[in-house]
Amino acid sequence: MMYDVARETMPREELEALQTSRLTYLVDKLYHNVPFYREKFRELGVRPEQIKSLNDLKYLPFTEKQDLRNNYPYGLFATPKENIVRIHASSGTTGKATVVGYTQRDVETWAKLMARCLMATGGSRRDMVHNAYGYGLFTGGLGMHYGAEKLGATIMPFSGGGTRRQVMLMKDFGSTILCSTPSYAVKLYETIIAAGMAPEDLKLRIGVFGAEPWSEGMRQEIQSKLGVKAFDIYGLSEIMGPGVAIECDTAQNGLHIWEDHFIPEIIDPATGEVLPMGETGELVITTITKEGIPLIRYRTRDITALNPVPCKCGRTHVRMSRIKGRSDDMLIIRGVNVFPTQIESILLDTHGLTSHYQLIIRREGAMDTLEARVEIDEKLFSDKIKHLQKIEAKLQRDIKEFLGVTAKVSLVEPQTIERSQGKAKRIVDLRS
Amino acid sequence: MKVEQISVFLENRAGRLSEVTRVLADSGINIRALSLADTSDFGILRLIVTNHEKAKQVLKENGFTVGRTNVVAAEMEDKPGGLHHILNILGQQGVNVEYMYAFVQQSGKNAVLIFRFDRTDQAIEILQDNGVRILSGEEVYNI
Repeated sequence: MMYDVARETMPREELEALQTSRLTYLVDKLYHNVPFYREKFRELGVRPEQIKSLNDLKYLPFTEKQDLRNNYPYGLFATPKENIVRIHASSGTTGKATVVGYTQRDVETWAKLMARCLMATGGSRRDMVHNAYGYGLFTGGLGMHYGAEKLGATIMPFSGGGTRRQVMLMKDFGSTILCSTPSYAVKLYETIIAAGMAPEDLKLRIGVFGAEPWSEGMRQEIQSKLGVKAFDIYGLSEIMGPGVAIECDTAQNGLHIWEDHFIPEIIDPATGEVLPMGETGELVITTITKEGIPLIRYRTRDITALNPVPCKCGRTHVRMSRIKGRSDDMLIIRGVNVFPTQIESILLDTHGLTSHYQLIIRREGAMDTLEARVEIDEKLFSDKIKHLQKIEAKLQRDIKEFLGVTAKVSLVEPQTIERSQGKAKRIVDLRS
Repeated sequence: MKVEQISVFLENRAGRLSEVTRVLADSGINIRALSLADTSDFGILRLIVTNHEKAKQVLKENGFTVGRTNVVAAEMEDKPGGLHHILNILGQQGVNVEYMYAFVQQSGKNAVLIFRFDRTDQAIEILQDNGVRILSGEEVYNI
C-alpha cells in the first residue's frame, strides 16, 4: 500500500524533471534571501542561473553542521521568522545546538512523508502506534507523531523512559507498531521477559527503528525476539527529522529516499568528490521543498551507498543501504578505517551474540589498541575455561580477518555495559 | 551417581567473588566444595552446594550468568598414593579428565575427588568396576 501512489511511483524522467525545476527555484531563492549562501556562491564563482540540471549540482557548495552552528540560531533561515511555526534543535553536546525551523507547509510535508513511511512498512489507519522516540526539541518523537496522525492511525506518545510501564501499557493498549531506537527495542524485550510476560502477549507486528546505526544481525535478533517485522527508518533534524527514507515492506532491503523532496548524492568524505552510483561514501542531501531552512548539499556524515535498481514494490525512488557508520564516528585504528557497526555485524551475524558490546580504544605508547567487550549470556557460558577462551579467540580472528585490525576480545558479565534510554554507548575512545 | 555442580562467570574485579558468597549466605546456602579457575580477564567459579536449584535461582536473580554441569564424586582413602591410584585407572582406560578438585571429609579418614569428564557415564562405570566408591549427589550435599 502507498500513501501517495502518483508521487511514489513517478517515472524517473518525470521525477528528475520535478527535481530540476525545484532545484533551480531553490538555488535562486537562497542566493537572494540567505546571505550565507550568496557569499558561498560568490566564493566559488557560481551564479544561480548557471544551475540548469541535476548534473550542475556538483558546482554548488556543501553545507556542514558547523555552518549551522556558526549562524546560530536563525542565520540560515530562508524566510521571515513570522512564517516559522516550529523550532527543533539538536542536543549540542559538542558545541552550540543546531537549530532548525519549519513553516506551516514544512510541518505538513514532514507529516505526509512520515505517513508514506508508515504505510510503506505495512501500517494503516487501523494501527496503534507506540511511540518511544523522545518528544521535545529532538525531532524523533513529534516527527513520528504527526506522521501517524496524518495516516489516520492511533498514536500513543510515550516518549522515552519508564520502560516497565511502557511494556504494561503496550499490552493493555494493544499496540501494533513500535517506534523506537533499535537498542531501546532490545531493552523493551528484556523488560517484557523480566516482567514475566512473553512477546506473544502483545499485538506488535511492525517495528520502525532508527536514530542510531544497526546491523542486519540486530534486525534478525529483534524480529525473532519481539515477533515483529523490523524496518529501518532514516532521517536527521537538519534535513527534516525522521522520514527522509524508509525500507518498504515488499523488499525490506534498502531505504527509499523521497526524491521528490530530497536530492541525494554520495561523496568521498576525504576529497568531497562525487562518487559513481553504487559506491560507498558519505551521503549528501539537498532539500528541494523546504521553506524554513532549506539546505544545499548538506553533509550528513552518514556512510551509505545508493542503489538505483527498480524496487519490486513499484516505488521509483532510489534506495540507500543501511547506514554503515558515520564519517566522524569512523575510528582510525593503526591507520585502518573501522566503523563500529562492522564489529556489531561480526558479533551478531557470525556468532549470534547478544547485542551488548562496547569498543574501547586506548593509546599505549605510540600504538592504538582496540578492545571489544562483549557480554556473556547463558547460551555461550560453559564451566570450561578453554571453551570460553576459544570464543574469544574466534572473535578476535574474525575481527582481524574482516576488518584488518587486531582487537583484544574480553567477555564480561551480563548487564555490565551501560544501557541507555536513547542511543547506545558503543564507543569509549580514551586516546585524547 | 552424578553430582550437580553450578558454575558462575566472574570478571576479574575486586569484590565479585564476595558478591557471590554474600548472595549464597543471605539465602542460607552452604558450600560443600569449590574451585576457582581463572584467566587474566575472567574466572569460572565452580560450586557444589546444599541446594543447587535455589543457589542457581538466587544467583541469576542477582545478575550472574550461571551454568549447571554433572560432575562425579569419588571417595578415596586419605593416604599417600590414593589419588594416583584413581588417575592411573582413568589413564589406562583413556578417560580424559576435564578438570578436578578435592576436599577432605570431616572425619579425616577419607577424601572426596570431584571430577569433570566429557564422557561421564563411561568414567563412572570404569571407576566402579575398579572398586572406587562413587558418592551420590545426596551424599555429597549432606556431608
